[in-house]
Amino acid sequence: MSKPFIYMDNAATTKVAPQVLDAMMPYFSEIYANGSSVYQFGQTAKEAIENARAQAAALIGAKPEEIYFTGGGSESDNWAIKNAAEVYGNKGKHIITSNIEHHAVLHTCQYLEKHGFEVTYLPVDSEGRITPEQLEAAIRPDTILVSIMTANNEIGTIEPIKELGRVAHEHGVLFHTDAVQAYGHIPINVDEMNIDMLSSSGHKINGPKGIGIMYARKTVKLAPFIHGGAQERGKRAGTLNTPGIVGFGAAAQLAGEKMEERKKVLDALREHLIERVLNEIPYSRLNGARYDRLPNNAHFCFRFIEGESMLIMLDMNGVCGSSGSACTSGSLDPSHVLLAIGLPHEIAHGSLRLTLSEDITMEQIDYTVDKLKEIVARLREMSPLYEDFVKNGEKK
Amino acid sequence: MYSEKVMDHFQHPRNMGEIENASGVGTVGNAKCGDIMRIYLDIDEDTKIIKDCKFKTFGCGAAVATSSMATELVIGKTIYEAMEVTNKAVMEALDGLPPVKIHCSLLAEESIHAALWDYCQKHNIEIPGLKEPKKDVHDGEEEQAE
Repeated sequence: MSKPFIYMDNAATTKVAPQVLDAMMPYFSEIYANGSSVYQFGQTAKEAIENARAQAAALIGAKPEEIYFTGGGSESDNWAIKNAAEVYGNKGKHIITSNIEHHAVLHTCQYLEKHGFEVTYLPVDSEGRITPEQLEAAIRPDTILVSIMTANNEIGTIEPIKELGRVAHEHGVLFHTDAVQAYGHIPINVDEMNIDMLSSSGHKINGPKGIGIMYARKTVKLAPFIHGGAQERGKRAGTLNTPGIVGFGAAAQLAGEKMEERKKVLDALREHLIERVLNEIPYSRLNGARYDRLPNNAHFCFRFIEGESMLIMLDMNGVCGSSGSACTSGSLDPSHVLLAIGLPHEIAHGSLRLTLSEDITMEQIDYTVDKLKEIVARLREMSPLYEDFVKNGEKK
Repeated sequence: MYSEKVMDHFQHPRNMGEIENASGVGTVGNAKCGDIMRIYLDIDEDTKIIKDCKFKTFGCGAAVATSSMATELVIGKTIYEAMEVTNKAVMEALDGLPPVKIHCSLLAEESIHAALWDYCQKHNIEIPGLKEPKKDVHDGEEEQAE
C-alpha cells in the first residue's frame, strides 16, 4: 500500500486554490505591466490591483483605500506596531499586548523596548484568553497602542476582539489585531469590532505566499514604512506585486463566499478528531478553548512523550502536523503559548497541532487517529517518564 | 534534516527497553529541556565486559537515535573501554547530527557515564576519567515549583 498524503498543517500554510491560481496566471506573462505606468497596459494592471484591494477590504467591512498591500503578515505586524511608536510616540511610550502573540508582534515589541518604549504583556487564562477587564486595568494615560491577536496560531483560541477594541477606544487608544489566522476563517468587521489596524496574510487563505495586507483606518496616521516610490499612497514603496495582489484578492473573495459552508465541514471534522483523541488516547488533553476556537484547529498534548518524535512518526505514516515542542523550534524551551496557558515544560514538550482543511475526509481523520494511537503508545513504551509513572504513579 | 543512519536508529531503535536487576542504571537530562535518557547495563562480574545495554528515552528523533547508537557501541566493551564511547564517537557513528541536536549526543555520553558510575559505586570500582554525573534530572520540576 502506498503511503497516503494527509496535510494537516493548514495553520502553517495552505494550498493555493485553483480559482486563485487561475486569477493570477494572466499577470505573470500577459499583463505584466507595472501598475504605476501611465499607458493603458499599465492601467489594466492597476485596475486588477484596485479590484483586489476592494475584495480584500470587503471581507472585513473596510474601505478599499484603507488596505495596504505588504509582503505578508509579519511585515504588516511590524508596520502597524512600529508606525504607532513612530507616529504616536510623542503622546506616550506605553504599548499593551499579550504573552501569546506571534513572534512577529512579540519581537517587534521587544525591539521597541530597546528604544525607550514600555510594553505590558498581558497574561492569558488556561484557555489562552484575555479579558476586557484585564485590558482596562492595564491601560495608562501614556498607552498609545493595544495589539491583541484575533485568534491564536497555535491553540486556536479566539479573543474577544470587539470588547477589547471597545476598551481601547474608550481610552482613546489605537487598537491593532494580528488576524493572520482569523482573516477569511471567521467573520471580522473592523467597524463593529473596533479595529483600527489589522494584519493578514495571503497564504493562510489559499492565496499565494509573500503577500499580505495591513488595514489602517482612515483616521490612523501612517508614516512611510518602505521609503522610495509613491506606491501604496507613498507609504510602502516598491513595484506592486500584481500576481500576488490579484491572488490575495481572489483568495479573500473565495474565503468570504465559502466561510459558512467551510465552517460547517471543519466543525464536524474537528469535533470528530477531538472526540476520538480525547476518548481513545489516555493522558491526552486539548489545548485552547473547547468550542470557541478557529474552525480548523485542534491542538493536543500527550504526556510522557516529545513532540518532534511524534511528528517524524506521523510523517512516516503520511500525515503532516506540527508541534510547539522545543526540538522543532531549535531552542530548548517549548512554545511560549503553551507555557503561557500554564502547562509545565514536561507536558508542553508533547504537543501536536493538527490544522485541517475542507479537503480532509472523515476517513483521513480516522486513519490519523488510528496511527496516532500507535505512535503515542510506541513512544511511551520508549519513555523513561512513562516507566516512572507506571511504576510510581503520580509524583507528589 | 537527519542522516539516513539517524532515521534508521529512530525508526528501528536498537536495545530499547529495561534490564531487570541491572548492574548499573543511569538517568540524565531533564524534562524542562525535553530530553531524558536512561541507560541500563548488564556487566559481567569477572571480565567487566558489558554483556547487554538497554535504553529508554524521552526526546526528539536525535535523542532516540543517539541513545540507540550508544547502546550498540558499548555492548561487548569492558567498562574501561566504554569510556571511549564519547559524544563524538556517537555522532560519527550516526553520520553526524544537525548543530542544534549536538546536545543529544552529549546526553547519550552522559547517560552511559551515569550508568557506569552507578555500577562503580555499588562495587567500589574506579574508572579513570569517570566523574560523578550531574544530578539534573529533576532540576526542571524544581525550578517550576519555585
